[in-house]
Amino acid sequence: MDKRSPHREIWFRPLLVWIGLCALLAATCALAYVPLGEANFPISLCIAALKAALVGMVFMRLFENNALNRLAAAAGPIWVFVMFLLMGADYFTR
Amino acid sequence: MSDVFLRPPFDNLARQHRAVAFGMWLFLVSEVLLFSGLFAGYGLYRGIYPAGFLAAGRETDIVYGTVNTAILMTSSFTIAVAGRAARADLGRMAWWLLVLTFLLGFSFLILKGFEYREDIARHLLPGSDFALSQSGAQIFFSYYWIMTGVHAVHVTCGLIAVLRLIIVSRKNFAWLSGSASEDATALYWHLVDVIWIVLYPILYLVGRAHG
Repeated sequence: MDKRSPHREIWFRPLLVWIGLCALLAATCALAYVPLGEANFPISLCIAALKAALVGMVFMRLFENNALNRLAAAAGPIWVFVMFLLMGADYFTR
Repeated sequence: MSDVFLRPPFDNLARQHRAVAFGMWLFLVSEVLLFSGLFAGYGLYRGIYPAGFLAAGRETDIVYGTVNTAILMTSSFTIAVAGRAARADLGRMAWWLLVLTFLLGFSFLILKGFEYREDIARHLLPGSDFALSQSGAQIFFSYYWIMTGVHAVHVTCGLIAVLRLIIVSRKNFAWLSGSASEDATALYWHLVDVIWIVLYPILYLVGRAHG
């Protein structure tokens, strides 16, 4: 086996994700100055969600984790979605 | 070696590690809900005062915000590699990556301090001599101070946890792979990064294209 393979294993995937995160940071910062009207805010939020998903899946190892931890991690976004749904139902129907 | 780390009621280390990670995930979800309450309040007030939020958002310092985002993402990367190195029995590399993580996190707080000083000098602290006149601008900055302040407390807690790992394992790098502490601390640190990733667009990118 290649002697360097443990190092490659350790660094490769996180490094790719870090490069991706930096690229997304540059993209979201640049796009914030492009006048897209109402679309600026949702676009920046979508990029943030993508960055958070990358950190969760690779850095926090949800990708390679067991189902129990994935279920626990999914509870967060699910309940946040329910909270925003109920809040929106009240706010937009007044 | 593994017996040193084993705690009741567990009968093997692998199960203990799984339980710690699961417990940490449950805690992290409760943290997500804490911040979500703030995000929800921000969203509602942004809907009520859209012009005030856009005007106030332009006044945050995008350079500090962007540099700090890059710093925190890099620290998340270094602690992620540290965990992988520890599990591959490369304890020394893991230890130095934890030191680097600590330094990056600490520099985040230093920069945040400089940013706060400039914000105060520019009268962006809500109160009687607040710099902006648009309605809703003070509310935006109330959220700015509360959300970044609560986040800074989390960064400080994370730094203390990382420093504990560094101190405890300084003479025994193998401790990092045996104990479940490294994994739990890394999960917490990543959450601190994820929260900042969400704070960045809602506090620093707002209103930039509307100047």
